[in-house]
Amino acid sequence: MMSTDTPSLRRAFWASLRRELLLSYRHKGDLANPLIFFLMVVVFTPLGISEEPRMLARIAPGMLWVIALLATLLSLDGLFRSDYDDGALEQMVLSPQPLACLVLTKVFAHWLLTGVPLTLLAPVLGVMLQLPEGGYGILFLSLLLGTGSLSLIGAIGAALTVGLRKGGLLLSLIIMPFYVPVLIFGSGAVKNAIEGFPVNAELAILTAMLLAWSVMAPFAIAGGLKISVRA
Amino acid sequence: MAWQWFHRLGSPKWFYEKTTAWLPWLGFISITLILLGSIWGLAFGPAEAKQGNSARIIYIHVPAAVLAMAGYYVMAISGAIGLIWRMKLSFMVMKAAAPIGAVLTFLALFTGAVWGKPTWGAWWVWDGRITSMVVLFLLYLGIVALQEAYQNQDTADKISSVLALVGMVNIPIIYKSVDWWYTLHQPATLKLTEKSSIDPSMGYPLLLMILAFYIFYAWVLLLRTRVEILKREQKTNWVQEIVAKG
Repeated sequence: MMSTDTPSLRRAFWASLRRELLLSYRHKGDLANPLIFFLMVVVFTPLGISEEPRMLARIAPGMLWVIALLATLLSLDGLFRSDYDDGALEQMVLSPQPLACLVLTKVFAHWLLTGVPLTLLAPVLGVMLQLPEGGYGILFLSLLLGTGSLSLIGAIGAALTVGLRKGGLLLSLIIMPFYVPVLIFGSGAVKNAIEGFPVNAELAILTAMLLAWSVMAPFAIAGGLKISVRA
Repeated sequence: MAWQWFHRLGSPKWFYEKTTAWLPWLGFISITLILLGSIWGLAFGPAEAKQGNSARIIYIHVPAAVLAMAGYYVMAISGAIGLIWRMKLSFMVMKAAAPIGAVLTFLALFTGAVWGKPTWGAWWVWDGRITSMVVLFLLYLGIVALQEAYQNQDTADKISSVLALVGMVNIPIIYKSVDWWYTLHQPATLKLTEKSSIDPSMGYPLLLMILAFYIFYAWVLLLRTRVEILKREQKTNWVQEIVAKG
């Protein structure tokens, strides 16, 4: 009767989600860093390009999306780092639950702690960049869907580079090509919304990407982590 | 019995010895075909009606782009074979294929820019096909960078194979980009299953050049793989014998 000792998948999910949230609650600083970065680059934009409102309104959707994407990228390096260093990752690999499911929990927690705050902050920063009236709802919605894909894709990169001491820059390098479609359709949706065009197609594609990546990415992440742990 | 060749591929030594005889043939045929195709396309093929002689760059541009994408499949599939069957040789092929693919993608982008200047009036345009080729270029560079980053060759091989496999999702997008986003870059003119929209007088030299590039690719891939074999097997007796022979 070995199997009775094994916690169910649901219990494992809640336990590891609770662990992730607790860990990040105890390191509150890490939580704020992507948001501060987001704010800073938004401040740089009018200083570097032009403070003219019409100009800003034109570039706002793309800028907000690009900066949110970069902020996500910066937060990824630490995703598996501490678990790798203290051996928790090995325990995850050895645990009776499938690694892909446990990893999905970690990515979900990452999205809750980075993607969602970035999404909530984006409309506020949109005001600073003179984002036109019609763009706010879709900016929120597109980022909410898009950051999910960004976390999933980014976790693949984090899993592949966790064994390297200085993986940060390399992680960005290998992950950026995969962010391109998310960026295109995300900022495209906001631009369409501002100009009064329908946005259903873009939002549908963003959702499709999110679903496809949440099915495929866990296996790539788990594969990468297994290789990294054994190395 | 039928699968014996596949198991033999697991031995880099067998592969190295077997392919020694192929090299001069592949080299000779590919160089001859490239020369033939270039002379046919550049000197004897007709000039394009609207673009004049500048369109002759397709004899380099199209084969390079075709091989840039086909090369990605070679890389990703050999990575997958390595991951599944733990075959040393296929990881070596995978590592050898990445820089070749990057160079071919760059060549396709560069020749496209040179052609775009007189035809579109700009070196660079952000159209669907060009953007997705840049993404392909970045993917190749990512694989090369990942290979370089890991000290342990075994880890480097497995990690970059996983990345190559994940990157496979992009290839159909690049391939179909000209049909989905009908922007500046023209749709495919060479078709296998239906009638091509390119005139046979230009189509045949172009097909010849594509064939020549395929053989050239095989030649270069083989050369690079053989160097990789020698590098990784340098501690074995048979490599030391080859080196001692000079």
